Amino acid sequence: MEQKNKARYGMVVDLDRCTGCGNCMMACAVENNLAPAEKKANDRTGITWMRVYAMNNGKAFPAAETVFVPMACQQCDKETPCIAVCPQNAVDRDPGSGIVGQVPQRCLGCRYCMTACPYHARYFNWSDPSWPAGMEKALNPDVAPRMRGVAEKCNFCHGRWHAARARAAAQGRSEPDPADYIPACVESCPSRAILFGNLDDAGSEVAKACQEGNCFRFLARLDTESKVYYRSAKPWVREMAEGNRMPSGKDGNLS
Amino acid sequence: MKYKGLFLFLSGAGIALVLGWVVFPLALYRTEPQPLSFSHKAHTGQPASMSCDSCHEFAEDGRFLGIPVVDQCAVCHAEPVGKTAGEKRLVEEFVKPKREIPWKVYSRQPDNAWFSHTTHVKKGALKCEECHGDHGQSESLRPYQVNRISGYSRDIWGPNISGIPSQPRLDMKMDRCLGCHAEKNMSQGCISCHK
Repeated sequence: MEQKNKARYGMVVDLDRCTGCGNCMMACAVENNLAPAEKKANDRTGITWMRVYAMNNGKAFPAAETVFVPMACQQCDKETPCIAVCPQNAVDRDPGSGIVGQVPQRCLGCRYCMTACPYHARYFNWSDPSWPAGMEKALNPDVAPRMRGVAEKCNFCHGRWHAARARAAAQGRSEPDPADYIPACVESCPSRAILFGNLDDAGSEVAKACQEGNCFRFLARLDTESKVYYRSAKPWVREMAEGNRMPSGKDGNLS
Repeated sequence: MKYKGLFLFLSGAGIALVLGWVVFPLALYRTEPQPLSFSHKAHTGQPASMSCDSCHEFAEDGRFLGIPVVDQCAVCHAEPVGKTAGEKRLVEEFVKPKREIPWKVYSRQPDNAWFSHTTHVKKGALKCEECHGDHGQSESLRPYQVNRISGYSRDIWGPNISGIPSQPRLDMKMDRCLGCHAEKNMSQGCISCHK
């Protein structure tokens, strides 16, 4: 039986506020038990559920401009590409929260989802995670560590969502207090560039922000109705988000 | 001999059945002793008549504190209550040195399962007995059996080796969670209960 949405969590990232400091990446790694990268890890094999990309407008000084784009799972709502291709049902859209949840223990490691994801927001465990001696004690007990051979991605800090739901139950409420459920990246951002909340709650900050004129989605033409919105006053950023021209990084790739 | 084939078949089937139903469970599970003997009945029955949540407490922030820490035992058992050898061991080996008792937890779930006692008991109005059976009335701790391959307690699979659930259900597998969730129209999303 299909359940009615109780909430549809989403994000609005203000690219004009992001300074590219990388705090969100760090906070995400700590919250979600991402092991430190191996020595041989590179852009392709390293695991960063949240990754900050740099994009520039390709012009020479003084017209040169750069924005930093924190890119995590975009939580596509419609025809979610990774759900559509997964042969294992290892990823599903939670009907109560809209979260596209990955269950790594179900994954068989075919990496179809990584190919399907238009945002390159999925990562693969090429080897078993390992932590420096003593650091296992600092692992977050609310998030299960993954093993070699499975894909993983941002689940909107599901450990915090679980804790917020349990707290709501203890206080006799049916839905978590928005103040109890804030993902690590949102909480750690020093320039308050990321808003998070229930998109279906018309009064929430995030629902209002995503309706504003300079708000956009990455690759909106794919019509996956992602729940992570971005905003920027710079027209070239919005144009690049359409994916019609490649962002020019250091060597022509996203850096 | 007229019935040679039948005889061979029946004896083969008999051996296979004995292997599957008797020898396999013995080989699959290892029995481990609990560190102390414990009677739930002595605590929940007269005269103590404590309720489950007197020791298995709920925290205000929604966490369930599970098996009590030894400090909580010390509230009553700072000195031996009665003269049994177990009581003496409890006080001398655990309460006085403030060492936690390494209980083996029958219902310990795999790492990736998230279960909120608070949600189920406070909001779902489930009784402890619905999942834990009459454990709260038991006179002694039954043997703790651990699966040699997975390392999980036998209580997860349930006592019936065939996996066909008994009535009332005693297993703690995911299909039992999902069955109840479907019946009560509760969340069916993976991420609701997997961490």
